[in-house]
Amino acid sequence: MNELVTSHAEPAERSRTWRRGFRILAVEALGPITVLGGIVWAFAQPYRVTFFYPEEKGFWDWVVQPPLLVVIVGLLFALVVAPGIVDDLESAERGDAPAG
Amino acid sequence: MLPRAEIAHWLFAAGFLFFGLVVLAEAIVGPEVFRRRRWRAYLWPSLALTAGIWLWLIAIFSTFSTLHLLAHSLWAQAATAAGAVQLAVIRDRLHSSYWSLVTAGALLVSGSAFLVHEQNGWLFARSAFLHHLIGWTLVISAIFPLGAALLPRRAVWAYGFAITWIAVAVMLFADRDIAPIFGHLSDLAGGGSR
Repeated sequence: MNELVTSHAEPAERSRTWRRGFRILAVEALGPITVLGGIVWAFAQPYRVTFFYPEEKGFWDWVVQPPLLVVIVGLLFALVVAPGIVDDLESAERGDAPAG
Repeated sequence: MLPRAEIAHWLFAAGFLFFGLVVLAEAIVGPEVFRRRRWRAYLWPSLALTAGIWLWLIAIFSTFSTLHLLAHSLWAQAATAAGAVQLAVIRDRLHSSYWSLVTAGALLVSGSAFLVHEQNGWLFARSAFLHHLIGWTLVISAIFPLGAALLPRRAVWAYGFAITWIAVAVMLFADRDIAPIFGHLSDLAGGGSR
């Protein structure tokens, strides 16, 4: 075999590796993109964040601040859900049994 | 001490955003990988059932109009039914892809409830605009679980379903009790409380 004659398995393996890499990147990016979205929103509309405009705000305004909710959701996904999915994607490629 | 309607909508928006991210991750890696850990498989049905319970609570406490009570009860029923069926699918009690039709029906009914219970036009106020927009979004998005029932091998249905919930979350986050939409705000918006 030389550079002009390759096995059929090589391109298929490359394609599989690329797809797996893309999936890992996509799942890992979902959380940070969401967090970034919340931060950008907080700066774009600071009046939606009670910390920036605390005057005459009630209990619920302090508990529920939409841009911060977006950040919290992004962090929750990035820290709790995404790492396990990436681990399982890699172990599924290796053919390991499910972790349970 | 009860939260304003917009506060409840933002809390639901956060829940829908998380739900959308979870379903999108499942679409990206595929259900085989996603369900390798059992707790992850239960996220979809448990989030839908939780939404159903909260919607029932809102139906109980939000009694300022019969139409709102009926709409929230309908959404609660739809979320509970979709969550219960998905729970049975995850537990291997139901096998046919046609059970996805229940989710399609839930979206169709929920979207219709949005459209029917909004009595004002699109540009009456922001909340009216969002009711129309969310209603049509849910009605149209019923095509995704419908497609999953008829052509279950296509990944596009899962992506569409996930993006629907992220879009609904964005719309709910944009909701305010009284706010203009594209510069329009009816004098009657807010029931004369302004």
